[in-house]
Amino acid sequence: MSNVLAVLEHRDGAIRKVSHEVVTGARRLADALGGGASVDALVLAAGPVRGSDQLGGFGADRVITLTNAAFGSYAPEGYTRAIADRLKTGAYGALVFAASAAGKDLAPRVAARLGRPLVQDITDVRVVSGAVIAIRPVYAGKALLEVRVVGTPAVLSLRPNVFTPVQRPKAGAQQTVALDGSGGRVVVKQIKAAPAGTLDVAEAAIIVSGGRGLKEPANFKVLEELAAAFAGRAAVGASRAVVDAGWRPHADQVGQTGKTVSPTLYVAVGISGAIQHLAGMRTSKVIVAINKDKDAPIFKVADYGIVGDLFEVVPRLTAEIKKLHG
Amino acid sequence: MKIAVCIKRVPDSETRVKIASDGKSLDEAGVKFILNPYDEFAVEEALRLKEKAGTGEVVVMALGPAAAQETIRTALAMGADRGVLLQTQGFHPDGLETAKALAAELKDAGLDVILFGKMAIDDYNHQVGPMVAELLDLPCVTTVAHLEIAGGKGTAEREIEGGVEVVEFSLPAVLTTEKGLNEPRYPALKGIMAAKKKPLEIKPTAPGPGALEILSLTLPPERQAGKIVGEGSAAVPELVRLLREEAKVL
Repeated sequence: MSNVLAVLEHRDGAIRKVSHEVVTGARRLADALGGGASVDALVLAAGPVRGSDQLGGFGADRVITLTNAAFGSYAPEGYTRAIADRLKTGAYGALVFAASAAGKDLAPRVAARLGRPLVQDITDVRVVSGAVIAIRPVYAGKALLEVRVVGTPAVLSLRPNVFTPVQRPKAGAQQTVALDGSGGRVVVKQIKAAPAGTLDVAEAAIIVSGGRGLKEPANFKVLEELAAAFAGRAAVGASRAVVDAGWRPHADQVGQTGKTVSPTLYVAVGISGAIQHLAGMRTSKVIVAINKDKDAPIFKVADYGIVGDLFEVVPRLTAEIKKLHG
Repeated sequence: MKIAVCIKRVPDSETRVKIASDGKSLDEAGVKFILNPYDEFAVEEALRLKEKAGTGEVVVMALGPAAAQETIRTALAMGADRGVLLQTQGFHPDGLETAKALAAELKDAGLDVILFGKMAIDDYNHQVGPMVAELLDLPCVTTVAHLEIAGGKGTAEREIEGGVEVVEFSLPAVLTTEKGLNEPRYPALKGIMAAKKKPLEIKPTAPGPGALEILSLTLPPERQAGKIVGEGSAAVPELVRLLREEAKVL
């Protein structure tokens, strides 16, 4: 048997949405491994986590909550030990994380403890003759690397927004185990939350991104208004030029030295389309470009373009989107 | 304060990727190589920590081909004291093998802090720093955007989805650096001259084969250039209609 262990995340006492994607990806992998492989969803927490009982619906056969007083916040060393110990209890063929801030921190530690390679931030996975083969973007998405994992378990992290959650009418079994031991030498003291409703560009379904065409930092207000019109589904992104100029925080930067994103809709406003920017957003499902220069490289990758003054086009677009959500 | 910074030689971010004839690697012809941009933040932070402590040493270490000496010289020109090149041949896809080679060198070196860039902009592996921490049984904080170290412990801020996580950790520790942590200095001419005389030790290294087999490196499917819906705000209603009815994303 090669079961799949999915490592989940929670915030503010509830399972994070990205974890639905992880369970979905783990289910897909378990089905591909065949032989009735099951998916164990692993939650590390201080107590019960809201939404754990919904995970069966995304494909978890069993939800295992490991509780420890130190697991209320992310505790890299404590989590690593708990996951590595859990792997000893079952015949796991694969271990799946989210390629999130916590997942990208935790997966390498766990992989090193297991002495296994890590395939980080994958966008696709399949099984051929029992071996896991994964695809991951490299050079910020300018190329795709296909690798075969030799031996087991395969340790993978899934790029957010790629493994669309699939719901199925099924309940997973629930199990809770209390663990002893310390959380480790790295302790989360506080989470300073961004203003309510702010989405991270790496996880938003829609990104409205601005570049030098915005002319000055205050003008990003027109993009914030457009993002707000999408009723909580959109984040505001930025090109490297405006981040380097200090107009926007670097956490918003899309591109090779920023974040590589795969939203359903990417709206590039006043962004010419430097190679390093295109690399970071080319896997978006649909790209819209709004630029006054009809020869801007961004139009070569955009599905839809409007040539014109963004200060006229964007407010009109905001109004039209509001009508849809009205 | 004794600090090591692990750095990497990578293709410039403006590189147009061409696939080599083996179908598995980058065609390096005409490619300009640079110090990985995230590693610049790590080097800068190391220099600041040493300057603040008033004493200590900053060692830069790279695993890579002979040409990575040049990358190490860049870090030495910024102000690092000495360099170590773990010289390898060929491409190593398994980050754990890189981590093992670095950990073997960093072990027992009496370091207070080991810094890495949060990731390399070529392989995007995003893993060698925390792997080294695990192999050396050290605490690790990744993607550090703000750092304070005093009295044998540190406080760091790291960006997480929709916020900033504030963490405390004990030293010695492994830290990986995020853009925004600092503004890396440019090597001054004096620094560039001095770097030529700084010690750079070359150690032939053969990382293990690892357990990842590269099947292919390919260019992603070209995006079809789409259509210009129109000019100016008059084109907006048609754009919205297309997004709803054709692309079905609204």
